Amino acid sequence: MNLATVLSLGQTALELGLICALTVLSLFLSYSMLNVCDLSTDGCFTLGAAVGAVVAIAGHPYLSIPAAMGAGMCSGFVTALLQTKMGVDSLLSGIIVNTGLYSINIAVMGGASLLNMNKTDTVFTKLKALLDGTVLAGQYRLLAALAAVALVVAFLTLFLNTRLGLAIRATGNNPDMVRASSINPAFTTVVGLCISGAITALSGCLLAQSQKSVDINIGSGMVTIALASLLIGRAFLGKGGILNRAIGAVLGAFVFRLVYTIALRFNMPAFMLKLVSSLIVVLAIAGPYLKSRWPLLQRRLRHGGKGGRGVC
Amino acid sequence: MLTLSHLSKTFNPGTVNEKKALDNLSLHLDPGEFVTIIGSNGAGKSTLFNAIFGDFYTDSGAVLLDGKDITFQPPYVRAKQIGRLYQDPMRGSAPGMSIEENLALAAGSGGWFSHITRADKARFRDQLAQLNMGLEGRMKQPVGLLSGGQRQALALLMSTMVPPKLLLLDEHTAALDPATAEKVLEITKDVVARHHITTLMVTHNMQNALDLGNRTLMMDGGRIVLDLKDPERKGLTVPDLLEQFRSGAGKNLDNDRILLS
Repeated sequence: MNLATVLSLGQTALELGLICALTVLSLFLSYSMLNVCDLSTDGCFTLGAAVGAVVAIAGHPYLSIPAAMGAGMCSGFVTALLQTKMGVDSLLSGIIVNTGLYSINIAVMGGASLLNMNKTDTVFTKLKALLDGTVLAGQYRLLAALAAVALVVAFLTLFLNTRLGLAIRATGNNPDMVRASSINPAFTTVVGLCISGAITALSGCLLAQSQKSVDINIGSGMVTIALASLLIGRAFLGKGGILNRAIGAVLGAFVFRLVYTIALRFNMPAFMLKLVSSLIVVLAIAGPYLKSRWPLLQRRLRHGGKGGRGVC
Repeated sequence: MLTLSHLSKTFNPGTVNEKKALDNLSLHLDPGEFVTIIGSNGAGKSTLFNAIFGDFYTDSGAVLLDGKDITFQPPYVRAKQIGRLYQDPMRGSAPGMSIEENLALAAGSGGWFSHITRADKARFRDQLAQLNMGLEGRMKQPVGLLSGGQRQALALLMSTMVPPKLLLLDEHTAALDPATAEKVLEITKDVVARHHITTLMVTHNMQNALDLGNRTLMMDGGRIVLDLKDPERKGLTVPDLLEQFRSGAGKNLDNDRILLS
């Protein structure tokens, strides 16, 4: 492998990593802050991709971004409404919305399951035209993704330190205390999930536009991939302020992509991506748990198998 | 101040586990009263607090606070006027957030998008210093690192930062070691006196129940069986109280923790 290949590998990982980092940041809000595992992420990602593509194809490349984010916000709103006002379990409400979104996404794409944007003006082509002739011309995809990630990180850092942001963080930490502060936890959950939906959809919209096509399965497995990245990032930068942790999430997304890209180079088939991400999530969650049980297991072994049977 | 009229609540009605937790209970508190509540296990003390705070709606009856009917107000709305501390010191604050952030949420000043200002921090530091627990130097630390006593003192500060009309204390010192419990109790007395907050306090310590405040209620079977106000309450001893309970409830007080403390 020569230097050029390594560099191009790194760049692909960086581009994809940055775009997917947006979904990781959205899970940072819903999973780490609100303590809601939002399983509608896959559908919401595809929704953003589909809406963004349709609007861009209709000739509005800039409008495609707010349109996709608005659609994602609606999706987050429904997920939140189901779990706060209608008594649906939070995991189940994500699954229900995810299932429903499959039909909606195909409807958005006009009944097709694949849309092509080869000749469409997107935010990426616009930026490419803008940078034409400068030294940065080849890096337009990277720059667009970087700008989006920087904006979202800045937004989250500012927002999560406002009173509303603090209330959202406390909702995932101790809902009793939110209520005691005269704030309705249902309200903070709705706001949090709307924002996280908008960010997920933005991520989907950018991925579709950067690869110039969208198919109905573009978001499948996204929630696990993003969760894996989030947990990797937490291992690097899990402590400290919001900014630190948000950067950790972005870093996690990049590391995940890098490892995956390298694995592809070593002839790992592309379809293994989802299995790898599942394994990483299992490792990241089960690892610390098993590690905490390890001393007990050692003690039991030393005890010579006496003291009662059963798997602890 | 607080008027409860004919509150009733039955859990699991129509099943073998049917439990009448509140039985046509009525109570009126005057402004500034500090009331201690004692009673057997399952007498309905915590249920009474849950009903006042709105954790559930009673089957019948009404709750009036300051003349306003709040029977169907959800807890987060009532929280504007009612502060509450639980036996579990962990319930009053968010462990993953810093002391400063917890206080900022409790202070409730500013709009939704306001940040913690320097003036806020100075105010928080002053208020923390009054607790005398050295917390004023640890404002950036997550609350999860504090001890139970520190967390309870913080929770007390948080629930009285905007002085509530009514303060509900549900055995809030029971999970603390004796020295810390004493200290938290001192802070409680101080805060309540300073802001003239009407207070209801459940305790299992009968001596505390007699020493603190100016009125003592004894509960049994979801009813108030004994209502002692000063000045008759003054000079009563714990054995007197047990005797009064026996005549009021028609049975002995059967709370292990009360009898052992």
